[in-house]
Amino acid sequence: MVAQEVEKEPEETVEIKTDFGPPHYEIMLHPIIKKNYGKWKYHEVVRPGVIKRVAESGDVLYVVRFGSPRLLSVYTVRDICDIADKYSDGYLRFTSRHNVEFFLTDPDKIEPLIQEVQEKLGFPCGGTWDATKGEYGLSNIVHTQGWVHCHTPATDASGIVKSVMDELYDYFTDHKLPALCRISLACCANMCGAVHASDISMVGVHRKIPKIDDDAVRRTCEIPSTVAACPTGALKPDMKRKTVILDKDKCMYCGNCYTMCPGMPIFDPENDGVAVLVAGKISDARYPPQLSKVVVPWLPNNPPRWPEVVQTVKKILETWATHAEKYERIAEWIHRIGWERFFELTGLEFTEKLIDDYKRTPYIYASYRTSAAFRW
Amino acid sequence: MTDVELPETPLLDELEKGPWPSFVKEIKRAAIEQEKAMKAGKKIKLPGAAKGLLKVLELAYKEKRTHWKHGGIVAVVGYGGGVIGRYCDLEDKVPEVWHFHTMRINMPSGWFYQTKALRAICDAWEKWGSGLTNFHGSTGDIILLGTRTEYLQPMANALAYLDKLYGSPAPFDIGGSGSDLRTPSACMGPALCEFACYDTLKACYEFTMRYQNELHRPMWPYKFKIKCSGCPNDCVAAKARSDFAIIGTWKDEIQIDQEAVKEYAKVIDIEKQVVKKCPTGAISWDGKELKIDNRECIRCMHCINVMPKALKPGKERGATILIGGKAPFVDGAIIGWVAIPFIPENELIEKCCEVLEAIWEWWDEEGKFRERVGELIWRKGMDEFLKVINQKADVRMVYAPRNNPFIFWRELNQ
Repeated sequence: MVAQEVEKEPEETVEIKTDFGPPHYEIMLHPIIKKNYGKWKYHEVVRPGVIKRVAESGDVLYVVRFGSPRLLSVYTVRDICDIADKYSDGYLRFTSRHNVEFFLTDPDKIEPLIQEVQEKLGFPCGGTWDATKGEYGLSNIVHTQGWVHCHTPATDASGIVKSVMDELYDYFTDHKLPALCRISLACCANMCGAVHASDISMVGVHRKIPKIDDDAVRRTCEIPSTVAACPTGALKPDMKRKTVILDKDKCMYCGNCYTMCPGMPIFDPENDGVAVLVAGKISDARYPPQLSKVVVPWLPNNPPRWPEVVQTVKKILETWATHAEKYERIAEWIHRIGWERFFELTGLEFTEKLIDDYKRTPYIYASYRTSAAFRW
Repeated sequence: MTDVELPETPLLDELEKGPWPSFVKEIKRAAIEQEKAMKAGKKIKLPGAAKGLLKVLELAYKEKRTHWKHGGIVAVVGYGGGVIGRYCDLEDKVPEVWHFHTMRINMPSGWFYQTKALRAICDAWEKWGSGLTNFHGSTGDIILLGTRTEYLQPMANALAYLDKLYGSPAPFDIGGSGSDLRTPSACMGPALCEFACYDTLKACYEFTMRYQNELHRPMWPYKFKIKCSGCPNDCVAAKARSDFAIIGTWKDEIQIDQEAVKEYAKVIDIEKQVVKKCPTGAISWDGKELKIDNRECIRCMHCINVMPKALKPGKERGATILIGGKAPFVDGAIIGWVAIPFIPENELIEKCCEVLEAIWEWWDEEGKFRERVGELIWRKGMDEFLKVINQKADVRMVYAPRNNPFIFWRELNQ
């Protein structure tokens, strides 16, 4: 007897189609947005999480923002869609920081929306700021995959973010901060997140050299590309043995070799952990963009809630919020008070580990203008 | 009430507590509802993936290490990028997630959606994948988190025919990964923001469509990112997160509505909040009139941010191009620096394409393996880069001139 042929799904019989690109953005725009595209006059903040946008035509749109956990099941996305259908004419937007926004034309529906989202999704309304008053909310944390999906992380991402945001929740739902504060997290030095230019950031760091498994190197790695991946020249090919040799004094544990070659695992449960950086900034407002600076070289991985990391971030945020003037982001605040005072006020310890000795970044870079702010 | 049994996850359960929305609840929800849907007769190809993820993640929390391995080569027909291969090193213990590949899906410019489109993606991913997503990944794509090798192609087909098969208003295509053009992204721009100095959504869409080949087929030394921000506030962090940052700005005078300034004066301290905060001291306020010395203004946006009803960017609009922004690998983290101080709005897209193509040709030729374009410029020098993009040096490219006379007079020493 011939086995019955398995019925094919429609997706298995269609003709392959490539390079047609994403949907055109126009079809994704709420009718009021489409009508007033490029013709917005001004905005004002109604309450934390709600921004009123007024067009030249007189049309008004209330944009209501909620924090999401970034990792969403399709079932929650459907719930979000139900809410958008009910309140927002079937349209919505996600922000660059994992918040979700609904568009309302009737201000009377704002409170019912906030209540329904809180009940059905548990997403808090907030993540905004009022620049006119100089009162700022904390936005959502941008972050990476961590132990949920990444093969090179030195720490988890979602778990730390959840723990930090639980602790800083009221700063998200209210406007209690003196200026913008962007927090981000990357689970390794590859920094898939924008950790190198955030007000406060957490970065997963390894501290032990990779363990070279010669057999695995031979089986799974291309030696020239593995050697080339090392920023400090710590790796040399061993042509005779068809593997690599590591100069442990030159290694700074970035893990770049491991991303190229599975034969040199670098993770280490007890020595991996989290570095904390501060004073990065991207906007040109008042003060030019800045790279983040390391203020805590390492904290332990302490799942499920990373109390050391959470308390350090909270301490930095609250010390800044207490002492900064209106509009002073962390970089600007430290620029005014000095790093001496920063370490004194936060109680963080300054050690030799915080003095830069990574020589690869050329000094010429310091003279390049990293800002679009110039005189004409 | 649930008749679906979940694995024991005492550590992860701790992350269901507290007021912030929980990613653990999301994984559990996918585990429960996907199984229920299957029992109710829905076609579900990968039941148990979310449950498998719970097991793997609980173990990661216990052992303080990842259990994911390198990807190997997995792809969909015709594309070299967009799928991130991922396998679990607990093959025997958790076969449900032995394969757990990610798909990156090119989002619409500015992350605007119709619910019909999102529902269609959900229906397809419930059937062919783990039912778990990220809205959105770091570069901006929709991330579909976890499926098996044999379901990658059907899922890609589902997205390519999402309109016909799932009722989406349009199909969705795969995004970038590996050494290719990564999915370009844009701030909300003129769709919602009065500060937008050029059409970021249009620019992003045009680049994406014109460079489909570069986006889908890795062929360069390393990744290349383009981000479009409508003003110097830079809401998509283009300066730090993209090799090619397009930052909206203007050249002429800030537009002032003096009546609106007077309205603000009733509720805020203009002297303290605006005048004193201007980085170049270009603003004065006598209680009746706000004056801006536009020769001193550096267009930083502070005053406009504080008084959006009264102040607007000027009318001669366009963008500044910053080059080289990137994360630390290999030569350290950098914020992009000025490559072209100003391109007028009406020439912006064409000029960017011309410059992008020149950069790619040079970098493809000269770049070393895993060398980002910013690092190549350091190695070869700004003078060579400026020749490549056919641009004259401008004092706006630096904070200050060089502090040494060790100039390479190559033209005299051929």
